[in-house]
Amino acid sequence: MIQVNAMGDTCPIPVVKTKNAIKELGEAGGVVETLVDNEISVQNLTKMANQKGYGVKSEKLGENQFKVTMTVGEGAARIGENEPTECIVPSGREKNVVVAVSSDAMGLGSEKLGKTLLKGFLYALGQQDVLPRTILFYNGGASVTCEDSASLEDLKSLEAQGVEIMTCGTCLDFYGLTEKLKVGEITNMYTIVEKLTGADLVVKP
Amino acid sequence: MEEKIVFCKGGGCTAKLGAGVLERVLERLPRGPADKDLLVGFDSRDDAAVYRVTDEAAIVQTLDFFPPMVDDPYTFGRIAAANALSDVYAMGGEVKTALNIVCFPEKMDLNVLGEIMRGGSEKVIEAGGTLVGGHSIADSDVKYGLSVTGLVHPDRIYPNNGGRAGDRLILTKRLGVGIVCTANRVGEASREAMDAAVDSMTTLNKYAAGCCRGFDIHACTDVTGFSFLGHLHEMMDGRLSCHIHAGRVPVIPQALDYAGEFLLTAAAQRNRNHTGPFVRFEGVPFAMEEVLFDPQTSGGLLIALGAEEAPALLEALRAIGAPAEIVGEITERREPEILVTND
Repeated sequence: MIQVNAMGDTCPIPVVKTKNAIKELGEAGGVVETLVDNEISVQNLTKMANQKGYGVKSEKLGENQFKVTMTVGEGAARIGENEPTECIVPSGREKNVVVAVSSDAMGLGSEKLGKTLLKGFLYALGQQDVLPRTILFYNGGASVTCEDSASLEDLKSLEAQGVEIMTCGTCLDFYGLTEKLKVGEITNMYTIVEKLTGADLVVKP
Repeated sequence: MEEKIVFCKGGGCTAKLGAGVLERVLERLPRGPADKDLLVGFDSRDDAAVYRVTDEAAIVQTLDFFPPMVDDPYTFGRIAAANALSDVYAMGGEVKTALNIVCFPEKMDLNVLGEIMRGGSEKVIEAGGTLVGGHSIADSDVKYGLSVTGLVHPDRIYPNNGGRAGDRLILTKRLGVGIVCTANRVGEASREAMDAAVDSMTTLNKYAAGCCRGFDIHACTDVTGFSFLGHLHEMMDGRLSCHIHAGRVPVIPQALDYAGEFLLTAAAQRNRNHTGPFVRFEGVPFAMEEVLFDPQTSGGLLIALGAEEAPALLEALRAIGAPAEIVGEITERREPEILVTND
């Protein structure tokens, strides 16, 4: 993996530095992480990655700090050439999909069947071409991100692909699960409201 | 003499604030009572303001300045001046007077400033105007431009939103100067490409505007920082649509190569974010998309006129050596607002 520091650089310097790093990777390919200080640079890097068929994801590390991760070569093919990126500014074509998991079971009826269905749902979610931007877990759903959940591997894989995994802190507290959270971050009602109202599509399994 | 101008930021019209940001600020400005003699102001987002003095004469006012996009100070001065003067021509006016506006670091060699202003002054003279003064500020970076005053007959103003369905669209200069200067900044532009860009940027729109006399011009604007598509979007004025034939749009050929190498400006991406939602591309290569979003410094005129008159204007423009083309046509309002096909 090569890290590129393009903080303080204006376009096209971040792209030029990243291209040089990709050249250094050689034929085997690999991963290049580029740090930039503005969203426009993130968008220009993402545009290049999409054109070149590299895997790409981006995240906001803090105020004026962003990380763009590109996977070049064999790894890129695995991630998928035109994987929509978790871009900070939605590209317009890409919907902001939020999945809200409010129970540890899917649907009403047998609880045992419901748990199996939810595990299957989260697995299948990770196999989709278009991933949701965020998955929220609250009330009975809070246990799905905690120790002993059958979905931890699937959720970690989703998180690695840039999906935000967020669990309601009050709910973890209520069920005594706060110490047992294994994937994603703890969130609060303000964020949950923001995510749900800001979504183009809310999916409730 | 230290000739090299240090420019760490994107120069020329790539330095313009994004249209989206600007609109939010302008919308909130307090407005005084309307003046019936103000013929063109803020509201139309036109190239310059026009104020009627008598029934026969109106003054055209405009101001433009920016950081360098080339290393040579004299060339920079010529480009900045040509760019500032252009707004008067886009309104159908003629240049009368100009004021210098200068930001210059105290510690930098004053000969550099002299060269910049020599270049600017030459262009004002070529435009038929007189340099009458100016204002200078000590600043950390070099910036230069002009405030220009021109005259136009109130009945012969070229608005930028007067297009009609059925009109043909003519572009008078090649696109891609922003990309070429960006490539040059990272040492990747060829000499030929840079020469073509400088040649284009230093050419006054005076000559193209002169060709327009005698034609019934419905709308005219100059293509600058908001890119070809951005200025075209403003021309559509929320009531018209258009079909652009990308294959006919004049382009500096190397700009396509550099766009393919992703030597792209932040301003171009801001243009894409702002104007992209109004545009549908059909079969247009990525590099050409980028050229159409490329911010132009001292770009050409984009003219709308009736289909029957367009071939004659095109011929007149070609006769003075302009690389002009008929690049598309205006239609009734439809979705998408701007359709770009690759033919």
